[in-house]
Amino acid sequence: MNSLFELATEKVTIISGPYGSGKTNIAVNLAMDIAKNGEICRIADLDIVNPYFRSADNAKMLKEIGVHTMIPEFANTNVDIPSLPPDYQLLFTGDGKSVADVGGDADGAAVLGLSHDDYVEAGYKMYFVYNRYRYVTVRHEDALEVLKAIERASGLTFHGIINNSNLGEETTEEVVLKAIPYAEEFAKLANIPLLLTTIPDWLDIEGAVKIKDVTKKLF
Amino acid sequence: MGEKLLMKGNEAIAEAAIRSGCKLFFGYPITPQTELAEYMAKQMPKRGGLSLQAESEVAAINMVLGAASTGARVITSSSSPGISLKSEGISYIIGSDLPCVIVNVQRGGPGLGGIQPAQSDYNQATKALGHGDGHAIVLAPNSVQEIATLVGEAFDLADIYRMPCMILADGALGQMMEPVDFEAKPAREIPEKDWACCGHGGKRVHNIVNSLYIEPDELEKIVVERFERYKKIEENEVKYEEYLTEDADIILVAYGITSRIAKTAVRNARKKGIKAGLFRPITLYPFPEKQLNALADKAKCFLSVEMNMGQMVNDIKLAIECKKKVYHYGRTGGMIPSPEEILQKIEEYAGGNA
Repeated sequence: MNSLFELATEKVTIISGPYGSGKTNIAVNLAMDIAKNGEICRIADLDIVNPYFRSADNAKMLKEIGVHTMIPEFANTNVDIPSLPPDYQLLFTGDGKSVADVGGDADGAAVLGLSHDDYVEAGYKMYFVYNRYRYVTVRHEDALEVLKAIERASGLTFHGIINNSNLGEETTEEVVLKAIPYAEEFAKLANIPLLLTTIPDWLDIEGAVKIKDVTKKLF
Repeated sequence: MGEKLLMKGNEAIAEAAIRSGCKLFFGYPITPQTELAEYMAKQMPKRGGLSLQAESEVAAINMVLGAASTGARVITSSSSPGISLKSEGISYIIGSDLPCVIVNVQRGGPGLGGIQPAQSDYNQATKALGHGDGHAIVLAPNSVQEIATLVGEAFDLADIYRMPCMILADGALGQMMEPVDFEAKPAREIPEKDWACCGHGGKRVHNIVNSLYIEPDELEKIVVERFERYKKIEENEVKYEEYLTEDADIILVAYGITSRIAKTAVRNARKKGIKAGLFRPITLYPFPEKQLNALADKAKCFLSVEMNMGQMVNDIKLAIECKKKVYHYGRTGGMIPSPEEILQKIEEYAGGNA
């Protein structure tokens, strides 16, 4: 695959994977890509676990480029309870295509389980975001455990892996290239295809898909 | 050098603690610190340790007191309101001369406040973590990488001086993800814990850990001795970092996450031709008084930048003996200052004609 847009073949594209793998970055970039291709797009911040650094941080920018955002009413406030966007049913019933940014473990994926039938009826593709450099999932068995836990909690199946291996601002070409064999190995182990490798837009690597870093910058 | 991997600040605190030989965690969940407790719950049983979610913060800190009495390395963590709850136990730990590490991933206050990042527990941490005459060493890392080394240092300092050591972080640092390498930090010599209650085996007189003294003159003597130890800490354990202070007219003073934002503002000020610098206390107690005082002979003014209403300002004024004006810029209640806001203040005060 040469672009994120090619991932959005169904009504709903679910972006999931372990915390810190870069789900929000992928989900927001995908939404931007869908909009750029002239399709109606909506993105839902379904992260019920993380208090900050989430899709909702990009709401303004997304609205400006025509992406409909569905964010929990209390995201980035002091209401410390898990909540869903009030209009999140539009994921399935709204026009165009939808992107769901989901928290990355069994607890986060419970949100998917809640609407299991809606996803199946609307049609979905679910992708696992892989980051070789994430401390807590550096061992394949730990990453696989997260993958299985998300599938168990959601009742949905993953259709592919997005290799988003990065070290944040310290990502170099070497960092990216070193991770590819690991991603391939993990895909084999998980028995799902490795669909593409994403890189920060300041790098140039043949065959890899550039994405913007949309993480909220504090300094 | 090991391999660099991405970690959340909260996870890095937990991992660094386990790597420092800490086998015991007692805590209670609270946002934005919870990943730390979660990490401990997952990792400790796999690595020969114990992680226990107590029934409250009060229970957790008293478990820390008990565990520390045996000489074991032990840690607890919480966020602002939870630290207030631990206050009595911390005082008992200080009064019992016990080492332990306490983590505060600060959030907005006072009261239940909010869950967004803050630094408004500065005074609590540095002046009065508990009742009575006493101190805890307070370390303020400003990156996930620095967490990796300072947590180990906190355990060492606690053991060497037999007192609690606090890692004072904030929600932003706890939640943000950065590359980290857990390289071996320089090993320090740790004195033997011959005071620990870990079984005398019939070979020595039994040890007593206690903070109650029947005779006031005996208690006074103990407290005065303890303050002799604090003097040594103030002389030997001060840590700080300077950035472009050499020729600076205006020196920003900032710690923790705010120092990263202030650094960007200093860099942008330099681009505009303003001679700005940054002084970053890494130890908040002991406060780097001598170093700041020396800078006050050259700089025209100071600007304290914090996520609170100006709690460090008086410490800076005392350190520099009010030789120069000390301004403050801060956001509070969970709001984070931007580099642009800080730059505006630098431009406003840089003339030094106040």
